[in-house]
Amino acid sequence: MMKTVSTRADHEIILNAVPQGARVLDVGCGDGVLLQRLKHERNAIVRGMELSQAGVNACVAKGLSVVQGDADLDLALYPDDSFDIVVLSRTIQATRKPEMVLKQMHRIGAKAVVSLPNFGFWQVRLSLLLRGRMPVTEGLPDSWHETENLHLCTLLDFDDLAKQSGFDLESVTRIAAGRASAPSRATSNLLNWLSEEAVFVLKRAGMSAR
Amino acid sequence: MTSALQILRLDIGLPLDSGAILSPLEIGYETWGELNATKSNAVLICHALTGDQFVAGPNPVTGQPAWWANLVGPGQIIDTNRYFVICSNVLGGCMGTSGPASIGPDGQPYGLSFPVITIADMVRAQAALIDHLGIDRLFAVIGGSMGGMQVLEWIASRPDRVGAAMPIASAARHSAQNIAFHEVGRQAVMADPDWQGGAYQIKGTKPVKGLSVARMAAHITYLSDAALHRKFGRRLQDRNEVAFGFDADFQIESYLRYQGSRFVDRFDANSYLYITRAMDYFDLAAGFNGRLSDAFTAFKGRACVVSFSSDWHYPPADSRHITRAMIGAGVEVSAFEVETDKGHDAFLLDEPQFHEAMAGFLAASAADQGL
Repeated sequence: MMKTVSTRADHEIILNAVPQGARVLDVGCGDGVLLQRLKHERNAIVRGMELSQAGVNACVAKGLSVVQGDADLDLALYPDDSFDIVVLSRTIQATRKPEMVLKQMHRIGAKAVVSLPNFGFWQVRLSLLLRGRMPVTEGLPDSWHETENLHLCTLLDFDDLAKQSGFDLESVTRIAAGRASAPSRATSNLLNWLSEEAVFVLKRAGMSAR
Repeated sequence: MTSALQILRLDIGLPLDSGAILSPLEIGYETWGELNATKSNAVLICHALTGDQFVAGPNPVTGQPAWWANLVGPGQIIDTNRYFVICSNVLGGCMGTSGPASIGPDGQPYGLSFPVITIADMVRAQAALIDHLGIDRLFAVIGGSMGGMQVLEWIASRPDRVGAAMPIASAARHSAQNIAFHEVGRQAVMADPDWQGGAYQIKGTKPVKGLSVARMAAHITYLSDAALHRKFGRRLQDRNEVAFGFDADFQIESYLRYQGSRFVDRFDANSYLYITRAMDYFDLAAGFNGRLSDAFTAFKGRACVVSFSSDWHYPPADSRHITRAMIGAGVEVSAFEVETDKGHDAFLLDEPQFHEAMAGFLAASAADQGL
């Protein structure tokens, strides 16, 4: 997983993508920081799923409705369209079957918000090119043998997979050095170079933007 | 029964799952705190197999302290300054509620002529009490072990009457292993000649040996290997070496014998048979074509499912089974697994993580329900 900081740029973007009163499922909700903000700042109806028991316990003690679960296995439990928005923040790279996870999200909610680290970021590419070693950066702080990340990808890779899984791209927002840029309508080659991390707002293909 | 007990007598016929009708119905119960003007602050606590209604105050009959004094009381997590707490002795019990030791219509103790009861029947009796108290909807229903089964039965059969549900260290169906342990207990009771085919009250005997063995076997299931090892290990009882005999050489033997002998003073042997049977019969999904999630679809309140990592009697997997069904039913559910080596009994002990979870859940539920 990636480093957790108190104010995360991806959280701000996710908050902005959630309309007032929406039903939100946060998959991989950690200790519930985002859920609490969604509840208080968006008046959202929030639920969470988290793999670590410590994270779940912290959420329940805060009064959040969170269950222990594995995105790879347990998303299948949720009924179709049981949420307006399914959030997956900094989690997809740690799942075993990212495509299955995206397809489940597609089934559960009409909209998905996914934040992920970008292996196409110029510093990552440069580090690998010059040092010849797996990059260790601020966004990817663990060495190759310690990281929980199984499926690192670039923004272009993820863009492809999201479309394959039945999503249209509503927007993609670049984050670099902890700061978000203005959202873009498409995942360009340039964006792929310049984003350390990005937030994708996806909607089911064929649906008009909400 | 002793007059120190508060007993509600209802001259209604309580229809039971078996088809029998129980009349009259007596319910031993206790309450703490005040019911508010809108009657929206009632918390029903459901006790476990050998528990009683004395959740927050000492039992005047047995002299035992309150069994959840660390959770229920003024300023506690289940705050009796804030909530109106109700706890009743289960149907089939022996602390004031109708059970096999009660006097039947023929003026004799029921014994085995008492009808076989189920968890749903226990909840029917509780609902009759709640009706009597004029309460339409309970703020929360909370219970551990068999109490958790009653919680699940409440939200399945009376979903509109419950705001928040907390089944703790429980299961939606009794496992084969648990039925097996119960059968050992029942056979121990019935093998005692003093059981007298269940008519021991009339014959003036008491199957203390059988009931004590039943309790000893059951008590093992409430603990964990790690907890037994930590508490007793292989340490010897009041001796430096084994005695080459069958006295209680080991501390664990002495402890179990003590637990067994203490239990028979406060519990009726036939009650033990009836209540364990009710637990064995419990399979909530059976009433919903085998689909557990269908049992929860009508429940619009919140639920928090709690389990304990070293509980092998009602293991965390049983709780996960409940949680998964609730997710499928669209219930607002949270699930909490406490890391502990204290086994099933942990739900009665000081487990700070568990208490934090309960506090968080109740606070959020109270906010939801405008309390």
